Amino acid sequence: MVPITTLHYLVVAAALFVLGTIGVLTRRNVVIVLMSIELILNAVNLNLVAFSRMWGLGGQVFAIFIIVDAAAEAAVGLGILIAFFRNKETINVDEIDLLKW
Amino acid sequence: MNPALNVGSAPVATPWFFYGLAAAAVISGLLVITRRNAVHSALALIVTLLSVAGLYLMLYAPFVAGVQIIVYAGGIMVLFLFVIMLVSIERTVKERQFNRIWPIGLLASCALLALFLTAFKKGQSLFPNRVAPLPEALNTQGIAAALYGEAGKMGQYTFAFEIASLLLLVAILGAVIMTKKKI
Repeated sequence: MVPITTLHYLVVAAALFVLGTIGVLTRRNVVIVLMSIELILNAVNLNLVAFSRMWGLGGQVFAIFIIVDAAAEAAVGLGILIAFFRNKETINVDEIDLLKW
Repeated sequence: MNPALNVGSAPVATPWFFYGLAAAAVISGLLVITRRNAVHSALALIVTLLSVAGLYLMLYAPFVAGVQIIVYAGGIMVLFLFVIMLVSIERTVKERQFNRIWPIGLLASCALLALFLTAFKKGQSLFPNRVAPLPEALNTQGIAAALYGEAGKMGQYTFAFEIASLLLLVAILGAVIMTKKKI
């Protein structure tokens, strides 16, 4: 069989990225939109670690920082969601339009 | 003969592991974005994270794989499940799942995928398959040296590490304050 090259990992990362983008753009449930953002971050991480096999440890360190950043972002995003849910009992992105004209 | 130093003699089962893990990651990614129940999406995302951790192990990055499992699958996803149980009302399972402009979103994402595949096809000569510069046993030490070392020698990311801990502090404060009932 064909040996597994870096390109194979990049294609998997691109597929995960596109799936996450579809989730962000098409779902109405805010929690699932946030989970799609986590999919996008994982795709980027896979890309970085795949390239770090060629270019040294910098990619893996960057991936660790991105995981740290994803944790912080998930905490803050879910905090915003809970605070909003307390005001208006909905988790549809279509109905979060208090600032709409 | 260390298999990490010679790609030509990789173990026989390597393509099977790769295609299995890649299929698990992509299929559960698809399940994340299409399930009606948010808990099903969260469980599918956990399967995706574990498959990606397996792919990190195949890329000779054991520390990042461990961090992914402990922090991502074991911390962030548990947080997601807590919040899903706090805010998910039964009414949302019966409502419409996809918003009104979903064909446009799907089209834009397919255009993005076409762009990625074009970039991969054109840049194929730029992705040589070199092997890991450090043997796998020294991976954690190498990352530790990069993160905690002195600024002059090997620690290029010490300052970034301190800023990351500050970021986590700010995020924790923000999350706690935002979810209080009376500030």
